Amino acid sequence: MKLTLKVWRQRNAKVKGQFETHNIDNVSPDMSFLEMIDVLNAQIIESGGDPVAFDHDCREGICGMCSMYINGRPHGPNTGTTTCQLHMRSFKDGDTITIEPWRSVAFPVIKDLAVDRSSFDRIMSAGGFVSVNTGNARDANSLPISKEDADSAFSAAACIGCGACVAACPNGSAMLFVSAKVSQLAKLPQGQPERKSRVKNMVKQMDKEGFGFCSNHAACEVECPKSISIDNIALMNRDYLSASLASEK
Amino acid sequence: MRLDSKIPEGPLSDKWTDYRSSIPLVNPANKRNLEVIVVGSGLAGASAGATLAELGYKVKVFCFQDSPRRAHSIAAQGGINAAKNYQNDGDSIYRLFYDTIKGGDYRSREANVYRLAEVSVNIIDQCVAQGVPFAREYGGLLANRSFGGVQVQRTFYAAGQTGQQLLLGAYSALQRQIGMGNVQMYARHEMLDVVLIDGKARGIIARNLINGELERHFGHAVVLCTGGYGNVFYLSTNAMGSNVTAAWKANKRGAFFANPCFTQIHPTCIPVSGEHQSKLTLMSESLRNDGRIWVPKKQKDERHPTQIPEDERDYYLERRYPAFGNLVPRDVASRAAKERCDAGYGVGATGMAVYLDYASAIIRYGKQEANKLGEYNASDQRVKELGKALVKEKYGNLFDMYEKITGDNPYEVPMRIYPAVHYTMGGLWVDYNLMTTVPGLYSLGESNFSDHGANRLGASALMQGLADGYFVIPYTIGDYLSKEIRTPSIPTDHEAFERTEKEVKERIDHLINIKGKKPVDYYHRSLGKIMWDKCGMSRNAEGLKEAIKEIQALREEFWQNVRVPGQSDEFNPELEKAGRVADFLELGELMCIDALDREESCGGHFREEHQTEDGEALRNDEDYSYVAAWENKGDGKFELHKEELAYENIKIAQRSYK
Ligand SMILES: Cc1cc2nc3c(=O)[nH]c(=O)nc-3n(C[C@H](O)[C@H](O)[C@H](O)COP(=O)(O)OP(=O)(O)OC[C@H]3O[C@@H](n4cnc5c(N)ncnc54)[C@H](O)[C@@H]3O)c2cc1C
Ligand code: SF4
Ligand code: FES
Repeated sequence: MKLTLKVWRQRNAKVKGQFETHNIDNVSPDMSFLEMIDVLNAQIIESGGDPVAFDHDCREGICGMCSMYINGRPHGPNTGTTTCQLHMRSFKDGDTITIEPWRSVAFPVIKDLAVDRSSFDRIMSAGGFVSVNTGNARDANSLPISKEDADSAFSAAACIGCGACVAACPNGSAMLFVSAKVSQLAKLPQGQPERKSRVKNMVKQMDKEGFGFCSNHAACEVECPKSISIDNIALMNRDYLSASLASEK
Repeated sequence: MRLDSKIPEGPLSDKWTDYRSSIPLVNPANKRNLEVIVVGSGLAGASAGATLAELGYKVKVFCFQDSPRRAHSIAAQGGINAAKNYQNDGDSIYRLFYDTIKGGDYRSREANVYRLAEVSVNIIDQCVAQGVPFAREYGGLLANRSFGGVQVQRTFYAAGQTGQQLLLGAYSALQRQIGMGNVQMYARHEMLDVVLIDGKARGIIARNLINGELERHFGHAVVLCTGGYGNVFYLSTNAMGSNVTAAWKANKRGAFFANPCFTQIHPTCIPVSGEHQSKLTLMSESLRNDGRIWVPKKQKDERHPTQIPEDERDYYLERRYPAFGNLVPRDVASRAAKERCDAGYGVGATGMAVYLDYASAIIRYGKQEANKLGEYNASDQRVKELGKALVKEKYGNLFDMYEKITGDNPYEVPMRIYPAVHYTMGGLWVDYNLMTTVPGLYSLGESNFSDHGANRLGASALMQGLADGYFVIPYTIGDYLSKEIRTPSIPTDHEAFERTEKEVKERIDHLINIKGKKPVDYYHRSLGKIMWDKCGMSRNAEGLKEAIKEIQALREEFWQNVRVPGQSDEFNPELEKAGRVADFLELGELMCIDALDREESCGGHFREEHQTEDGEALRNDEDYSYVAAWENKGDGKFELHKEELAYENIKIAQRSYK
């Protein structure tokens, strides 16, 4: 396959960026999207240029590091698929592909396609945990949890923290990410003691980081590579409301 | 130097309990003044960082990814072992201990492994308390499955995403400590050297990967949790960034590197599809629970797999190893696959693959489900449908992953798989306290050599990482730090920091200034090919000698002709890669030296010269029952130190899975 790539280039957060066009041949349909970028970079390096910087690590859809906005969609055209799992068989010979970084005020660009998502970690620090020190736990089977609850907590816990939901949202909201953690722990008995403070603290930090509000647009759910459901947002809204009411008493 | 493993006296089952309660304590006021550097945020690093901070130490944690949650542990699929005996199938701490020693082909330390088995039960409790959503049965209790090399069900799991869930648990504990100000987190930082003062580890030099600045960090102790070195083979199931740099720098500063040639080739991975391949994807061993592995009985049989009738299939693992069947340990399963493919029975376009077939599992599960639902006369169609739904629940994400990569639907067509590099049993030599041969420098998780001998059993790496981090280091580090309470923080303008930083800087400048012709990946790929061909699934003296020469030549060329674009004072992923590959080019040689020295076959190390008549590995306990710990003498010279292994509780036997 032969392709034309329009890639976003930006030296760092302080300067402006622009698109750069590259042609690339010999793309095999069995390549992953990132392997195609590897080939592009080898080509750029050999001709003395500066290769495209991008984030990636596991290349199997689980670490959440890869983050490309491809033809106007986070992680590209396929649903339930991260950039690294996208394969070139999803494109046609002669296609032009536009590649951009996640765009959000809360995710400043580091270079080219790599952005700073440390805001997510700070939201987690605000409450995305159960406060239990090592060594305090009782026997695991002394706390039976129904299979339904465990499974539904697991579905929420499958979030990889990639930030595609933010990139997809017209308001740049992080609600899907935050609600996935809130709802995982809300569905488990272990999460109950801190249920109210957790949701309040995480939401507070989310707002502080500059993420936008949620207007139920639902683009996040469509673009989430792990198909995290927006039902989690509904649960979080309920919990947030009841936590706020409780604290007003 | 004599290696002192510091194994406590007393009967095996009392060693840890007795020792743990005799380690000197550090009082809370002193802990606040003691600084600990943890490099790595995988299961080992995140659990250690969080727990040490909970205890009151001042902790700094480093990782090269943009968030600690993305450490390579996140990718672990199948599960984590623990001797809970929840299934009442005869499991016990002793049995987990025994299975691990036997699985490791009698090349690991009894005392460490026993401790691992003991604390395994606490790990599950801790993770559940954190809210890790393990798979459960309808009654609400935890579910288990089996893994290779064992005959009990002791593996806990969360679909095919166990590593993710465990790491997110440890990460949440770590983030909690970060929020409380007890841990300072340095993401997108790469450690490039250890700083030694008066022979003790006192800090590190790290590069801020965003702006390229070199930073000096002091610690009363340094704990390396930097993962394995499987990427020396270029293609492996490891994440792209996984590397040996931290451990290798430690080796150069005096920490011995143990058993570097013990690498694990995992039997079930998606085969290589072409030259562009950048990494390989594992299909979890848990799939061998239910899947059956076979090749056609006829060589070069080009029929579609579903067209090949039952009696023309060779279920070679079930044939060769009736007692364990598809669940033989990894090394055995990998070699058996290679043997069939080399003999011309392999399938797929390259002939370098075997089938992993779910057809009979789908029917078996479908019938079970139909019975559960009272549908005793369910049609074949219905049985299949129910079976697929169940298989999907157990392994759905793995099947999806397979389909995304290959374009084939594994619910309908058997998967094609082939062995690939997966894990490294070798690593920094550590004593019972997990301290390396450099005082104050520790190594945890995959980066050390401690528990898996010559072959690791499935689902035991996650167990080891969390055991080391949650339950071992928090105690054993006290043995050292209790003597350090009078050491004030050393300012980082100390001469040793200055000198080490200068050395790091010179090396970076050197790499940038070569301005040669070939990209880093070229050298990495070439090294990988040498390693895979000559120090991979099977090895021989002649090949290893050639490999050593080839690696030396490649290394020389690298330092003359590599092209590293960009500058050192900016975000520069190519520069990061170059530094890592430079270290792999040295490690690769040591692996071959070690493999050459070990004139026996054991576990993942198969020397063609040493095999039984029917092609099984032939160990030599008389001469090689030792840990090979290599001291780096500089200039590519290494000195071997041996730690003899004593088996007091287990009778050494030839490993048999027949
Ligand atoms: C695909 C796959 C599936 C697996 N499945 C299983 C399984 O089901 N069960 C099981 O028991 N095991 C499994 N394993 C093995 C297991 O995942 C690993 O052995 C284990 O997770 C390693 O954990 P760790 O904490 O030692 O290191 P890692 O998780 O590799 O973490 C290394 C850390 O060190 C950091 N680091 C490294 N070098 C530097 C440096 N120079 N400077 C700063 N930071 C650095 C990294 O950023 C990272 O945070 C699997 C492995 C793979 C590859
Ligand atoms: S909710 Fe989905 S899109 Fe958002 S961070 Fe998690 S996995 Fe990524
Ligand atoms: S690189 Fe890890 S999810 Fe894509």
